[in-house]
Amino acid sequence: MDVKVSLGIALGAVLAIILIAFFGAQVPGLQPIFGIFLPYAAFVIFIGGFIYRVVQWGRSPVPFRIPTTCGQQKTLPWIKQNKLECPSSTLGVIGRMFFEVFFFRSLFKHTKAEMADGNIIYSPSKWIWAGALLFHYSFLIIVIRHLRLFMVPIPGFVKGLDTLDGILQVGVPGLYLTDVLLLVALAYLFIRRLAVPKMRYISLPADYFPLVLIFCIGATGILMRYFIRVDIVSVKQLTVGLASLHPVMPKGIGVIFFIHVALVSSLFIYFPFSKLMHAGGVFLSPGRNLANTNREKMHVNPWNYPVDIHSYEDYENDFREKMKAAGIPVERE
Amino acid sequence: MYDAGKIIIGLVIFVVFLTFAFWMDAGKAVPPPKPKLNTPVIMKMPKAERKCVESKEFMRTEHMQLLDTWRNEALREGNTEYINTNGKMYIVSLQNTCMKCHSNKKDFCDKCHDYAGVKPYCWRCHFVKGQMKNWE
Repeated sequence: MDVKVSLGIALGAVLAIILIAFFGAQVPGLQPIFGIFLPYAAFVIFIGGFIYRVVQWGRSPVPFRIPTTCGQQKTLPWIKQNKLECPSSTLGVIGRMFFEVFFFRSLFKHTKAEMADGNIIYSPSKWIWAGALLFHYSFLIIVIRHLRLFMVPIPGFVKGLDTLDGILQVGVPGLYLTDVLLLVALAYLFIRRLAVPKMRYISLPADYFPLVLIFCIGATGILMRYFIRVDIVSVKQLTVGLASLHPVMPKGIGVIFFIHVALVSSLFIYFPFSKLMHAGGVFLSPGRNLANTNREKMHVNPWNYPVDIHSYEDYENDFREKMKAAGIPVERE
Repeated sequence: MYDAGKIIIGLVIFVVFLTFAFWMDAGKAVPPPKPKLNTPVIMKMPKAERKCVESKEFMRTEHMQLLDTWRNEALREGNTEYINTNGKMYIVSLQNTCMKCHSNKKDFCDKCHDYAGVKPYCWRCHFVKGQMKNWE
């Protein structure tokens, strides 16, 4: 798909969400829809959709043992096994999954292909790993930090994270490090898709849309905190109402809040039906979550069914006379 | 489902994490904080004069920026006068102007700050008379 079309679809969709929320939240009587109904619906769709997708994957048989082997497999005792890259035990698999989930180990091995003097050469490139790690951890901290708006009393770890994130004490309200890092990381991931010709060629609207959407979520959140402020006490009244299942709709919350909520809700709704499901998918990747016991143990294809065998002996018994008549040699007369 | 045990454990952990706030808040009716405006100084004022330096709506969302500007103006520029939108002049001072009326930090400032989990660092320098202990 042409890059202009892809980008246009992604940007257009995000703009549509923003405009719907901007005008919708200003219509008297529609605020509860944007402030209460939409977040609840989005949350239910998110959890339901996520479970549905994971269960669908769980129901799919893995006919072959297909762990990716990036190191020496377990073999003769005097050959050293690479336990993390080619695990043969559950513990090894847990170790491999741990580093994959928390540190994106496979992205760390990313290489860059270049032409030099007519030869293709591969060199290590850590930028995508750094960008991805920065983005995911910033987003995680931001999500946990948001618990301060949903909980009374606020748990200690949320307060601690808040203090740590605002440790620079720049401005009032204090600047959060993750706010800046999130936008920087997203900008990198976005520009990478546009600037690298190979990335641009394979990028689809579904690649640009989540980046733009999350960027706008971050941008509206930053606007709301530092520039077009809203009354945080009213906001918390609404959010705590949602979390305690006694929803209330306080008056006088600025439109920017509803745009932020609409974007976040869109992300929640979109999540289970998109590439963002790699969050669940990483745990269900047979390439990574299977131990390499391919030859050590007997693995039977789970969809094998009992096959009726018709042996040669039976065949000969069935057709012995006809075979003899045609001059075909038989094993037993 | 293949490996149903492991997958279901994973999904349960996922759902419990996501709904953490729901479990902790379940059944709680949390009334929003009502900062108290009944300090002796405010009560002594005639009703018509009970006004903050700016409007209530402005103060709700912008007081932190106003105070930040005040701090910079007073300490860095030496400008200790603030003219509000109605043209009235105030002396730039958290302790002598703001807290002359709002002398009840516990029932005024802290009410909303605690509710929203905000810990402003005003109180590293400023204090309320007679409340220097148990600070922060």
